[in-house]
Amino acid sequence: MASGTAASEAVKIRRARKADLPKIIALDERVTRVPKTEYWRDLFDRFSEREQGRAILVAESNARVVGFAIGEVRAWEFGSPPCGWIFGFDVDPEFRERGIGSCLLDALTTFFRGCGVSTLRTMLRRDDTLIMSFFRSQGLMAGPFIQLEKDISE
Amino acid sequence: MRLQKATRFALYAALEFAARPDEYVSAAEVAGKYGISLNHLAKVLRNLGRSRLVQASRGVGGGYRFVGNPKRTTLLQIIQLFENIDPITAGERQPGDSTEAGLILTKVLEEIEHTARATLSSISLDTMLKMTRRQAAGAKGTAQRQPATPVR
Repeated sequence: MASGTAASEAVKIRRARKADLPKIIALDERVTRVPKTEYWRDLFDRFSEREQGRAILVAESNARVVGFAIGEVRAWEFGSPPCGWIFGFDVDPEFRERGIGSCLLDALTTFFRGCGVSTLRTMLRRDDTLIMSFFRSQGLMAGPFIQLEKDISE
Repeated sequence: MRLQKATRFALYAALEFAARPDEYVSAAEVAGKYGISLNHLAKVLRNLGRSRLVQASRGVGGGYRFVGNPKRTTLLQIIQLFENIDPITAGERQPGDSTEAGLILTKVLEEIEHTARATLSSISLDTMLKMTRRQAAGAKGTAQRQPATPVR
C-alpha cells in the first residue's frame, strides 16, 4: 500500500483498520451532518470480505483519523473499461489546506495503478464547490459519461 | 460557449500575473504574448484593478501584479466582471416560453447552464495554472517522444 506524508506535519496514509471505523463514522457525520452508521459498517464488511481492487484509506495524525478516501475498481458499466472509482473522500475541517487531501488522493491513485487501471473517476454534487474545486485542482476533468436521474417517488 | 474578447483578455492577464506573483508584468508583454490589442487590454486591466484583483505600478519596471488569492479566485468570478451569464430564466420572456414545449426547452437549457456554471465556479486561477503547466509538460513530453524524421 502506498503511503504519503503531508508536507507540513506528520500525517500517515494507510489502509483503514476495523478500529478506525468509529472514527471514520464520526468524521463523516461531523462533515455531512447525516449519521449513517449502518452504511459504513456494511461498506467496511464488504470491503473486508474482498479487498482486491478496493481500498479504504485513512490519514492519521497523532493517532487521530483526520481524513479518508474510499474507492474501488469498477468495470464495464455501460461499456466503461476498468477505472478507479472514488466514492468517499473527506478531510477533517480542522486539518484542511495542509496537503492531506492531496496525499490521500496520491495514495489512492497509486493503489489503483497497482490494480492496473489508468483512469480515476468520481461523481460529485455540482453545487459542492469545495470538493469539486479540490478534485479539479488535482487534475480531474469532466469525463465522457453523464449522470442522469429521475424522480420515481409516487 | 464563447466568451467575449474582454473576458478572455482578462482571464489571460489574470493568469499571467498570478503565475508571477512577485513581479510586475507589463501590459505590453501580455498583449504581445496573446496577440491582443494593448488599448483593449488596458481597459480590461482597469476593470480588474477596480475589482481589486490586480494592482498597477507606474514607472520603470512597473506593470501589473495579481493581488487576489489565486486559490480562491474562480473563472466564474472573473467572467462575471465582464459579462452576464445569468440563468436563462432571469432574462426577458420569449414567445412560446410558457407553452409546454417552451417550458421543457427552458429546462434543458437550464441543465446546460448549471453544468457550465458549476464548471466555471470550481476552477480557480491556481488550478488553471496547474493545468497549464501539465499541458506544457505533456506537450514537451509528446514532442520528445516523437520519432525522429528519417533523413533521406
